[in-house]
Amino acid sequence: MGMKTFDQLDETLHYDELPNGLKVYVLEKKGFNKTYATFTTHYGSVDNHFKPLGKDENVKVPDGIAHFLEHKLFEKEHGDVFQDFSKQGASANAFTTFNRTAYLFSTTGDVKKNLTTLIDFVQEPYFTEKTVEKEKGIIGQEIRMYDDNPDWRVYFGLIENMYHHHPVKIDIAGTEKSIAKITKDDLYECYETFYHPSNMILFIVGPVDAKDILNFVKDNQSQKTFKEKEHIERFFDEEPKTVAKTKKVIEMTVQTPKCYMGYKEATPNRKGKELMKHELSVNLLLEMMFGKSSPNYETLYEEGLIDQTFSFDYTEENGFGFSMLGGDTGSPDEFVERISGMVEAFKQQSIDEGSFDRARKKKIGAFLRSLNSPEFIANQFTRYAFNEMDLFDVIPVFESLTVRDVEEVLQNHFKKEAMTVCQVQKKKS
Amino acid sequence: MVNHKTTDLHGMTVHTIETKKYKTTSFILQVKEPINEKNVTKRALLAYVLQSGTKDFPSSKELRSALDDLYGATLNADLSKKGENQVISIRMEVANEKFLSNSEPVLDKAFHLLSQVLLAPALEGDVFKEGIVKKEKRSLKQQIESIYDDKMRYANKRLLEEMYDSEPYRLNVYGNGDEVDSISSKELFDYYQEVIKNDKIDLYVIGDISTDEMVDKVSKHFRFSKDRKEDETKAVNAADEKRISEVKEIFEEQDVQQGKLHMGYRTYTTYADDDYFALQVFNGIFGGFSHSKLFMNVREKESLAYYAASRFESHKGAVFVMSGIETANYEKAVKIIKEQHEEMKNGNITDSEFEQTKAMINNQVLETIDHPIGLSEVLYHNVVAGTNRSIEEWMEGIKKVTKDDVVAVAKKVTLDTIFFLKGAGTNGNENV
Repeated sequence: MGMKTFDQLDETLHYDELPNGLKVYVLEKKGFNKTYATFTTHYGSVDNHFKPLGKDENVKVPDGIAHFLEHKLFEKEHGDVFQDFSKQGASANAFTTFNRTAYLFSTTGDVKKNLTTLIDFVQEPYFTEKTVEKEKGIIGQEIRMYDDNPDWRVYFGLIENMYHHHPVKIDIAGTEKSIAKITKDDLYECYETFYHPSNMILFIVGPVDAKDILNFVKDNQSQKTFKEKEHIERFFDEEPKTVAKTKKVIEMTVQTPKCYMGYKEATPNRKGKELMKHELSVNLLLEMMFGKSSPNYETLYEEGLIDQTFSFDYTEENGFGFSMLGGDTGSPDEFVERISGMVEAFKQQSIDEGSFDRARKKKIGAFLRSLNSPEFIANQFTRYAFNEMDLFDVIPVFESLTVRDVEEVLQNHFKKEAMTVCQVQKKKS
Repeated sequence: MVNHKTTDLHGMTVHTIETKKYKTTSFILQVKEPINEKNVTKRALLAYVLQSGTKDFPSSKELRSALDDLYGATLNADLSKKGENQVISIRMEVANEKFLSNSEPVLDKAFHLLSQVLLAPALEGDVFKEGIVKKEKRSLKQQIESIYDDKMRYANKRLLEEMYDSEPYRLNVYGNGDEVDSISSKELFDYYQEVIKNDKIDLYVIGDISTDEMVDKVSKHFRFSKDRKEDETKAVNAADEKRISEVKEIFEEQDVQQGKLHMGYRTYTTYADDDYFALQVFNGIFGGFSHSKLFMNVREKESLAYYAASRFESHKGAVFVMSGIETANYEKAVKIIKEQHEEMKNGNITDSEFEQTKAMINNQVLETIDHPIGLSEVLYHNVVAGTNRSIEEWMEGIKKVTKDDVVAVAKKVTLDTIFFLKGAGTNGNENV
């Protein structure tokens, strides 16, 4: 059992790694009503090519299977686990990202009972042909809902443009066609491989007693047997540094066009502190270039090229990384021209210390604000941990950044040849 | 449970909530007036103009820089419809200085800035700065148009227009796109002066603060003119509501993959009523949670939808059902949804549905008040409804609801309008 204190933040994190490899973290939040817990596996939509646990041959599985598995784990022989949580006054949910699948609940009542339900339902799969078939209708409607959502289409379209091979370009839910192929045996095979405790993190945040909760989880796990932990082999094809496609236009029934542009990261293979430093640097730079207090933002807003929907972000993990900027815009082509021009102009001038400090202050403030949210802490801590980073390093790393660091990412990341554009335009009738 | 104190100052009510839970201090200003055709668009525009510049920081860029300097304080203005009211919410959140390594006095500066946003806007001559008004008009128009692009929001908007065709509640909280251009800076400024003079203004301050200190600061920074008087005649009574003789059914077709089914019910019960708690429980059992009748029957049993849910508007007294379905399944889905309502009228509510719902509502309230904005919203219900319920009383009210109470409410709840956005069913074409 370990403990880490973060004096500046007035937080203490308790943790333990159990004999089966499961990592458990508990953050005490006194004064809150809510306890929030996430049970997350390091397995998402990109993990479609791997060596199944205990087998010699690699397999490729249908698109959307990680997400399908997420849906199906809720169903048990006795019915739906959602109901068990509701009976216990908790609300449960789950989500699948490119490389994580998280199961979670929040409650203001009996934490231990709900925690047992969470751990046990994730660790006791129950799939039948019949229930797998039934789910195809529901997920089919989920896919169609996203198909009608222009924000999702333009976001995903941009990622598709960037990648030649990397499975990050495959929609997380798959397609109606790809999910039609999923069988219960596929689900078991993925489950066996990726839901081993050594590939998972349990995070609990709330008004709890950390030692008591850690012992409780230990006790639960000691009553179950698991296979020996094995290193999971995942396979990815070599991905070129160039983008697969420089522009795509999707026609939909919208009134305002949408435009996103992005830069593909050439060397997305960082881990730990190096990754954190890089991510924070690019995000800080984006804030300086296009944040609400920047001259560029003012210009773009005044010219009517952006509105309140404009946003930007950089993310990197597991072999892919990209920045993206965009939102609703009346003139998508002009938007691209102006933004890329502004990026090029930024490269020509030296970084101003004053705006660097201001942007950094803003980012630190935003981070403190997000620590009010138990959901943020649990979800982000887990994402960071899977990439060998520690969420509570964010402020010190921000404080250690220098103008030199952002100058470096400015020159290396924002390259013309790494840029791509995706637009949603009004359908011509 | 919540240390909530109110202080009436000349011009506004200050609500302070002292708590050590957060690493930030939150300010929430609520400015309320009944929604009406004449002012709805102006009021929306006003909210965005106010957050775009002050006397000291007369452009968005300067104002945003000042916020960044306050360790990334956030400021945003937004609009909502609470019953028959159109409420402007101006929210600001600043880091608590004790967590910053070089401790700076951010709180006083924040207070000053917030008061300036409301009371000392950026002017040019005697009216709002033309440049700001122009930009915000464009942005507001785009925002109104974007509702069309989000099919769920669009269907919801259309349902309200059809269902409340002769009531102010039909109005979109962001106003009418066609009217935006015609609003002049002068006209907007005149309207602003009316708002500052007559509207009901409440300020919530939540964080590791002291009430006395906050009240002092408010008195120092927020100065209203002597003739300020909340217009009492503006209070709206939503009780006399239309009776339904026939359900309205509206169809519209668009090129979408999934049909959007939205149904509106009148409940004849609002926040101020005694059977409000029973309505809460009704909505929970009907479609509020993942154990609800709609979720279980439309999604789990029939696989017709990914989502099938209901929500209610506390101050208007309405329940809205929404679901995304295959166009061909319209009849089937509507039939199942109507059946669930019938079941509830007939008292077919299991003990576990009933108890689970109460437990979930209890959980939901406790979770909501963990968040500063959620907490202020829960407390603001009292202001809107003219009630004085503590959170404890609220939870006690839910506890006391019986199945018979829920059945009685279910019988009052009446379907008014169905809006269905039908899919023509082809995919968006991709080309380069």
